[in-house]
Amino acid sequence: MKPISSVIGRAYPLGLKNIDTDIIIPAAWLKTISRSGLGKGAFQSLREVPGNVFDDPAYAGAPILIAGDNFGCGSSREHAAWALADLGISAVIAPSFSDIFSGNAFKNGLLAIVLPQDAIDRLMEVAQTDSIHIDLETQTVTTPFQDRFAFEIDPFRKHCLINGVDEIGLTLKSSDAISTYETKISASQPWLTPNIA
Amino acid sequence: MPTSQTLYEKIWNAHVVEQRDDGTCLIFIDRHLVHEVTSPQAFEGLRVAGRRVRRPDLTLAVPDHNLPTTARLDSDGQHVPIADPESAQQLEALERNAPEFGIAYINATDIKQGIVHVVGPEQGFSLPGTTIVCGDSHTACHGGLGALAFGIGTSEVEHVLATQTLQLTRSKSMEVRVEGELGPGVSAKDVVLHITGVLGASGGTGHVIEYTGAVIRALSIEGRLTISNMAIEHGARAGLVAPDDTTFAYLKGRPMAPKGAQWDAAVAYWRSLATDTGAVYDKVVTINAADIAPSVTWGTSPEDVLPITGIVPDPSTFADPSKQEAAKKSLAYMGLTPGTAMTDIEVQNVFIGSCTNSRIEDLRAAAAILKGRKKAANVKWAIVVPGSGLVKHQAEAEGLDRIFTDAGLEWREPGCSACLGMNPDKVPAGERCASTSNRNFVGRQGPGARTHLVSPAMAAAAAVTGKLTDVRELMN
Repeated sequence: MKPISSVIGRAYPLGLKNIDTDIIIPAAWLKTISRSGLGKGAFQSLREVPGNVFDDPAYAGAPILIAGDNFGCGSSREHAAWALADLGISAVIAPSFSDIFSGNAFKNGLLAIVLPQDAIDRLMEVAQTDSIHIDLETQTVTTPFQDRFAFEIDPFRKHCLINGVDEIGLTLKSSDAISTYETKISASQPWLTPNIA
Repeated sequence: MPTSQTLYEKIWNAHVVEQRDDGTCLIFIDRHLVHEVTSPQAFEGLRVAGRRVRRPDLTLAVPDHNLPTTARLDSDGQHVPIADPESAQQLEALERNAPEFGIAYINATDIKQGIVHVVGPEQGFSLPGTTIVCGDSHTACHGGLGALAFGIGTSEVEHVLATQTLQLTRSKSMEVRVEGELGPGVSAKDVVLHITGVLGASGGTGHVIEYTGAVIRALSIEGRLTISNMAIEHGARAGLVAPDDTTFAYLKGRPMAPKGAQWDAAVAYWRSLATDTGAVYDKVVTINAADIAPSVTWGTSPEDVLPITGIVPDPSTFADPSKQEAAKKSLAYMGLTPGTAMTDIEVQNVFIGSCTNSRIEDLRAAAAILKGRKKAANVKWAIVVPGSGLVKHQAEAEGLDRIFTDAGLEWREPGCSACLGMNPDKVPAGERCASTSNRNFVGRQGPGARTHLVSPAMAAAAAVTGKLTDVRELMN
């Protein structure tokens, strides 16, 4: 994972609530066996509507997306996070995220920033004309108009994002603890190993 | 540590390998189900890093999402090639990856093949008190057996393959208590649609929900799996139903379940898992069964639920302005006018299947309505897709396939089918489908497809009349 500590730039003012992962990337795009190239399929149904924010030249290449409540609900497809990254998006700001999407975003170094609805409303306004600055170190979102919104983030996730930690590598350092657990359980609950032929 | 614990707390505590100072826990995963869509990039990641699968003996792979549900062998017993080259490539990748990493693989023509969430319980691979993951959000399904089961993304699939653990933080707990007794024609699907309507699509976010109460206790395992399956549709990380004698009777003798003395030891442990008297949930929601009618969705979020006796809502009557806007967009997509009776809405397609509703009991419920009846002329496409080869075999032994085909419905091979628009089974743009699946999202059943989520009996009723129909009118 590439380290990430800040995101500065324009933001797509999407604003809709319950943006599900079928909207972010429809199932027809899930047949790939690679992680790249999914930006072309991102938000396909929204992009069929003339005047949509994704095809508005004012926002071309914007690294931030602003959305409504429950962003990324539905399917667990990590393709949603890959599609956003492929579209050049490094951060999504919303009042809430689905648990699974939030985890998938984190694993891909994509910031999922939670702010209250009134802050979202203000950022939607700013996004029409100006850039937004997300700083992970200080946990703030700021605008050129002196707006300053603080956000919460799990300390472990923050550490991993800023340092670009390989989480599997990190967990493998606990191999001995995992082995100890396995030994304990196979003694106390031997029936837990399935009879896979 | 509190002396009284919830079912969720007991399962969580039993799986903590390590706890860090910030509260994040390394949680051991007892069961990992793998399918073709969310695994290729994970296996590739292992290969690139030179990593192996830590516990292939706890991992089971089966194809389901991409597989066409038409005949898989021709009249000479030869494999029918998969027409879509991308689907074929993804299926071949799983077929290669499983043996390369030493993982048991159920192939497309094995009678045990089916939708991962049907196969796991059916084989006794999914057990109470275990942690179960799969790269699929409907993994919550296995919670119907009392397992802590949840969907994960591909990076987490790779993490579990490499370490048999996940780095997780504890969720909040919620009890959804359903009291009373279900009326005629009201099924587990109606219960979970109703719950989703009450909680909203994000009502369970950050929570693990335990479903309790007289209604849940009285349900079969099939019904409990249906309810827990859709926990994710109200935002919950996982759903749980405490294991009881119904659970043990369902699991006993299943191929991968414990046997003999091991079985007795397992049951004794499972009995100890029920939430203790006095244990406290972070949130409690109580629902009265008398308020639950045969239900149907009208919009493009699973929270858009109405009793079948309802009318299409007027967005301007919603208090929340963002909800008003969402409802307007939903109605435009669905091609519906406020004030229309739900029972006046014609459907051109009927889909009976998916990990929510493709088990034997679901097929029996649909067949009971279809027996001796024909599908309406305006229903162009109606398919019944069993959840596994074993469900298919059982249904055929009971003659259910004949009831479906005599009524003019197609009887298919097992798979995810028309639930998600990634195999040939799709609903045409602008057409409506009465569907027993779990999501009515924009484009879910194919670009422009309009989905109304219903129970198997309600889908069967819609097939007969060609409209969304109150199944109670077709019951004797």
